[in-house]
Amino acid sequence: MCLGIPGRLTGIEEQDGLRVGTVDFGGVRKQVCLAYTPQAGVGDYVIVHVGFAISVVDATEAQRTLAVLRAMGDVLEQELGP
Amino acid sequence: MKYLDEYRDPDLARALLAELRRVTTRPWTLMEVCGGQTHTIVRQGIDELLPGGIRMIHGPGCPVCVTPLEVLDQAMTIAQRPEVILTSFGDMLRVPGSHTDLLALRARGADVRVVYSPMDAVALARSHPDRQVVFLAVGFETTAPANAMAVRHAATLGLTNFSVLVSHVLVPPAMTAVLRAPTCRVQGFLAAGHVCAVMGWTEYEPIAAEHRVPIVVTGFEPLDLLEGILMAVRQLETGSYRVENQYARAVRREGNTAAQDAVRSVFRITDRSWRGIGAIPASGLTLTDAYAAFDAGRRFDVGSIVVREHPDCIAGGILTGDRVPTDCHAYGTACTPRTPLGAPMVSAEGTCAAYYSAGRRRAPAPGDPS
Repeated sequence: MCLGIPGRLTGIEEQDGLRVGTVDFGGVRKQVCLAYTPQAGVGDYVIVHVGFAISVVDATEAQRTLAVLRAMGDVLEQELGP
Repeated sequence: MKYLDEYRDPDLARALLAELRRVTTRPWTLMEVCGGQTHTIVRQGIDELLPGGIRMIHGPGCPVCVTPLEVLDQAMTIAQRPEVILTSFGDMLRVPGSHTDLLALRARGADVRVVYSPMDAVALARSHPDRQVVFLAVGFETTAPANAMAVRHAATLGLTNFSVLVSHVLVPPAMTAVLRAPTCRVQGFLAAGHVCAVMGWTEYEPIAAEHRVPIVVTGFEPLDLLEGILMAVRQLETGSYRVENQYARAVRREGNTAAQDAVRSVFRITDRSWRGIGAIPASGLTLTDAYAAFDAGRRFDVGSIVVREHPDCIAGGILTGDRVPTDCHAYGTACTPRTPLGAPMVSAEGTCAAYYSAGRRRAPAPGDPS
């Protein structure tokens, strides 16, 4: 229950005074409440937990972490040899 | 999927493990607080790949597991009323109460329904004005904003047939309780990324300083967990004890302030009993007086229920990290995910269920039937 899942925001509308979005989780689409992520726009990745987007995924941070890890892999391979 | 598959790259995992082996000079014991992280660690066998001496203890972070028996028995009492539609998340339905579970009650005719979001329960109340819709509102700080919005939305819509049975729990008081236990072996924590996406990590800073433990806000993918472990071990090896953020793509120090404001407007902090652990001061949320009309416990008057735990279940020891599932005599025999005796065997986030689905077996004890 506690897991949040990243998905891509594909549309935004208003329902009963609440901002609601459609989020695509790798092909499965669900309606999600955007009340807590007012900054989220179409195309953004959001982390969704029990029908609510709780965080917008920072694409730059995601890529930066991966870049650090990849660089570490290269450094280690060079250090450890083939 | 983007930002999911990338964090499951086996080559990068090998690089992280090699780095971890390089920096580790002695044994360390870490606790991952969140059941979602326990699931990844056990399923991927991360705990078995770590350098010798680094031990992961699985913490109390499964909301299904720590919901008190009393609340479950209250939910079951309410569910048996003919006017009630009782709603909850799917994994709550199979948690054993004192006498039965919600799924068994449904089989006997109670109107128990699974919802994906508490907002679905509000929609159900709107479409069934002649019924009472009750939502069993459990979970940590991650779930509280959703439940707060459901209550606020029901109030805005003027619904009088929607209520919530609240049993929210808070992570920082549980971490403090773990650290204060005389048997505590935990030297560092991986903090739950999605709890921190909502709450940020300022509450963790005094805990890290006072108890001299590194706390690393960590995500849920294999690479997240390996990097979180590496960051905690690096701190331990250099004698530093601060909060670090591994999960920067989703978590900021201040957290989600809009979600925090909503939670504060609907809930107040209260003492809370944790299943298997007992009472922890100021470790839960309950409705404020302004929203007392939405309290299912008051509406259906279920305050005087006497509870009974299964005597064979060692959930308390599992949830505090003192025991592992394979220590339990009933594990994998009398207690399986199909016939759970206790809550940690029910949810995918429960330590016992995680061990079971990963195929970990109990060593036969002398005298066991072969």
